[in-house]
Amino acid sequence: MFSRRALGFLLALSMGLGIAAGAHADDRIVVTGSSTIAPLMAEIGKRFEKLHPGLRVDVQSGGSTRGVTDVRAGLSDIGMVSRAMSDDERDLVAYEIARDGIAIILHRDNPLTELSRRQIVGIYTGRVTDWSEVGGKPGRITVVNKAEGRSTLELFLAYFRLGVRDIVAHVVIGDNQQGIKTVSANPGAIGYVSIGTAEFEASAGTPVKLLGLEGVPASVANVKNGTYPLSRPLNLVTRPAGGERLERFIGFARSAEVDDIVADQFFVPSHP
Amino acid sequence: MRISSLFPRTRDGHIAFGLGAVSCLASGILLLILVFVFGEAWPALRTIGVLRFLSDTAWYPTDNAFGLAPMLAASFALAAGALILAAPVGVAAAIFRLYYAPAWLKTPYRGLVLLLAGTPSVVLGLWGLMVLVPLIARLEPPGASLIAGILVLALMIVPTVAITAEAALESVPRSCWAAANALGLGREAALLNVVLPAAREGVAGGILLAGARALGETMVVLMITGNIVRMPDGLFAPVRALTSNIALEMAYATGDHRASLFVSGLALTLLVFLLSFAARTGRRMRYV
Repeated sequence: MFSRRALGFLLALSMGLGIAAGAHADDRIVVTGSSTIAPLMAEIGKRFEKLHPGLRVDVQSGGSTRGVTDVRAGLSDIGMVSRAMSDDERDLVAYEIARDGIAIILHRDNPLTELSRRQIVGIYTGRVTDWSEVGGKPGRITVVNKAEGRSTLELFLAYFRLGVRDIVAHVVIGDNQQGIKTVSANPGAIGYVSIGTAEFEASAGTPVKLLGLEGVPASVANVKNGTYPLSRPLNLVTRPAGGERLERFIGFARSAEVDDIVADQFFVPSHP
Repeated sequence: MRISSLFPRTRDGHIAFGLGAVSCLASGILLLILVFVFGEAWPALRTIGVLRFLSDTAWYPTDNAFGLAPMLAASFALAAGALILAAPVGVAAAIFRLYYAPAWLKTPYRGLVLLLAGTPSVVLGLWGLMVLVPLIARLEPPGASLIAGILVLALMIVPTVAITAEAALESVPRSCWAAANALGLGREAALLNVVLPAAREGVAGGILLAGARALGETMVVLMITGNIVRMPDGLFAPVRALTSNIALEMAYATGDHRASLFVSGLALTLLVFLLSFAARTGRRMRYV
């Protein structure tokens, strides 16, 4: 019985990892990379397929890093990268399709409305362990961090100038939903998730609230107008001279024609 | 022995051939998976070395630290804790249904056990995250902890223990009961001294099977144990199991990080193999 379970698990695992779909078929555009962008590209792809019958857009997630390596290795046509491009990635061409922000979230019952940069660093490095030390109701702080390899973690670390080893966390989570659930179930918790997800959950009545940063409230609107500091671009990357077919698709993904899809996923559209 | 004598050209022989082929296929696939996991883990085993996976004290795969020992310990502690809780309860549940429950209760009771056995682990995990973890957090923050994992895992494997223990108890020949009664033993004495000892290897096998299930469980531990990589130093400490390590990081891992996750998988597989090996040796011991 167990061996069949293990078998199923491993089989699923190996299938999930084994997909190294060949790119370059004329009727197929392979897009891989960031799991933040993947649901968005899947929707955009569906709409593009409707406009261009016979063409298929194949979207697979696996992280921003995979997005870059797959394009370089020729395993995909387009990579999805949910961060600013780094200097050693200049060999690829990046197109920003939208922006996403990261919101620091607390339980709704936590009376605090803002934390300074120093206080957040103190909490995440384990120097501050009680809410009373930062002006809150006395109670132990539960630090919720993201698993290694996630671009949300990278962005968070880069913004607060921390290394992976500096963080002293109590709970490590995978995706945004798990973060929302963990924080909403624990009045002493602090975590960070995609701002779109956080704003949606807070407005839907989930007991979480978004903390402002540097005096700017965390909201999709402030990501859009560029004032919210903890935000990131969502990029599509290709090799130079990707061809007319890819250019048309990327142009479509950056056009106003897909604004409604971008907004549905709580991102903020960027137009060229 | 010639193949033709193994599978004679009779109806029975055809069935035997079909069954043989299917079981070869099944074990062949399992073998291929093992080879695949080993192959994916190999780059890490070669460049990082088996020793460092055991001796590194921390797990920062993106920063060149690959200690699996805390997660091995955590997986073991979770499974052992769950077994300590679930084994007596499961066996007691089996004894209750078989020998003590009133007739009208037997069928619905079995239905209940089967329902629990069939509950998807993600549902139990969600319950653990939304109900159990906040309760534990009130006692001792952060709540997501070893004990939360042990409790939900125990709940999950109780039916496995109960169902296998029932089967083992039922397979004890009626004559054992008759002989015990003839010796003047009452129900309690016959159960404790005759029937349970006679069924013990089946019961133990079921318990080890449940242990293997607890070791391999991913969703529940991922959701409620906190996933912090550190040696379990208390029941309320957050821990990360080998399974959740793979599930948490695999989607985003590349290079050595990815290969080292396959090493976690390999370590887990070895742990489970050891357990089922122990179960089989334990069963054989009785006939020695």
